[in-house]
Amino acid sequence: MNADVRPVLKLRDDTVGVLAAMRGVFARDLKVAFRQRQDLLNPLLFFVMVVTLFPLGVSPEVSFLREAGAGILWVAALLSVLLSLDHLFRHDFDDGTLEQLVLQPQPLFLLVLAKTMAHWVLTGLPLVILTPVLGVMVHLDGNSIGVLCLTLLIGTPVLSLIGSIGAALTLGLRSAGVLLSLLIIPLYIPVLIFGTGTVAAAAEGAQVGAYVALMGAFLVLALTLAPFASAAALRISLSNG
Amino acid sequence: MWQFFHKLGSPKWFFGIATRLMPWLLAGGVLLLMAGIVWGLAFAPKDYLQGNSYRIIFIHVPTAFIAQSIYIMMAVAAVVTLVWRMKLADVFVKAVAPVGLVLTFLALFTGAVWGKPTWGTWWIWDARLTSMLILLFLYGGVIALDRAINDEKSAARAVAILVLVGVVNIPIIKYSVEWWNTLHQPATFKLTEKPSMPADMWVPLLLSVLGLYLLFGWLACLRMQTEILFREQRTRWVKDYVMAGRG
Amino acid sequence: MAFDSFSAFLVMEGHGPYVWACYGVFFVLMIAMMVWSVHRRKAAIESCRRGYEFQADRSEQQAARGSAASFTRVNVSQD
Repeated sequence: MNADVRPVLKLRDDTVGVLAAMRGVFARDLKVAFRQRQDLLNPLLFFVMVVTLFPLGVSPEVSFLREAGAGILWVAALLSVLLSLDHLFRHDFDDGTLEQLVLQPQPLFLLVLAKTMAHWVLTGLPLVILTPVLGVMVHLDGNSIGVLCLTLLIGTPVLSLIGSIGAALTLGLRSAGVLLSLLIIPLYIPVLIFGTGTVAAAAEGAQVGAYVALMGAFLVLALTLAPFASAAALRISLSNG
Repeated sequence: MWQFFHKLGSPKWFFGIATRLMPWLLAGGVLLLMAGIVWGLAFAPKDYLQGNSYRIIFIHVPTAFIAQSIYIMMAVAAVVTLVWRMKLADVFVKAVAPVGLVLTFLALFTGAVWGKPTWGTWWIWDARLTSMLILLFLYGGVIALDRAINDEKSAARAVAILVLVGVVNIPIIKYSVEWWNTLHQPATFKLTEKPSMPADMWVPLLLSVLGLYLLFGWLACLRMQTEILFREQRTRWVKDYVMAGRG
Repeated sequence: MAFDSFSAFLVMEGHGPYVWACYGVFFVLMIAMMVWSVHRRKAAIESCRRGYEFQADRSEQQAARGSAASFTRVNVSQD
């Protein structure tokens, strides 16, 4: 890949503050993604297609779709995040940017956090924006769609954060994609349960404040722990290659 | 204290200790397990609610209990691997993960078969069965990652991180699965919880748990020795040991 | 004894197949795992031994050929 496509990381020395460095990493990842738009679109297309499969494969009846809709959308979102995770570190690993990142004076886990946040903005956020349209297609009512978007808004960053650990662990391995799913799906289960459970509770007319707060707790926990694990895993994967 | 710690980390020292310990572990394990099972199968009284099908408890609970505690032990070993880089700790994780997988499978299988006469169906999305199923996935992931990385040291440390991430998640998974279960199902009566268990039931249960623990200890020693032989085959003491065995 | 006869013990009031299937699978898997582990340990020792004998043979051949081998690998244990 030529330098035109992949902007060089400009973090020269420790006079660059931590926040500035994180901003630099974040901005660079966005820039790279917008120069390769297809990578941006693929998870979204996948999301829509998986959702389409359920009415075709199971039943187009309104009663079924209304009951299963939130679950279908959550599973589809989870799978498309999983699909996009392979790209999180792969290109940077291949062209050596990742080694530069590890050698920076700024703490690696913060830089990894910035990368993960960029990943969320590029995959999780578009999924959330697309959700109302698909929610209408599976006959969810307005209230449910709102709650569903809220749970996805809190839940997809957790998916990106946990996923970054798996992506870092499987970096540079053969058949990394399948392995990544094997490692990460069990860890996604609590998020999925609470995400769909909250929507189910809202559909029954219950107050969802407590559930949303609990999902927020997941997010805080993932934000504090996952970057450390990913950074440690990255160092191992780099020393391996 | 530190000298003991370093000694413990020495594969050669462990190899010797394990060789001396293993006959006792095997004999004690088989004896206790057999005593618990025979007592439980033939002599323990019938359960007034579930009839004789409850006799599966004498293998279901030991396998489930030890399968879970193996993961906790692996997590402790993972911390030791990451902090002190002790060789034996990662030998342990590598050696016992398949044992944990098999025991988890056994717990699931016995739980499912027990469910047929009790609930009238082979599989029920009961909170415990579901979290055991997820534990099976976690074991599968650990083994798959270990197999995928060729470099021994990287594999050890990557697996250690995965095990630790998993152990942080286990309580969350357990809690969320229980919550999900109450959301989707009316309360069914639990498999193992009884208001009070007569001594004729819990003593054999205790015996078989202890017996399976000892057998696990034996398996762990045996498999760790195998792993050590492979890793240390260039050292003098392994050569001496192997050639001495041949006379 | 909780049962009147041996056949009652086997039948377990209709629950026999479930109970015995569980115990059967438990013993088969446990014994298989134990036998396999013992076998692997033996195989490990065997492969080490063959490796050492191969090394020994080669160094003997080299000595017979009278090659002026001056470098020998020194195996240092870390213990």
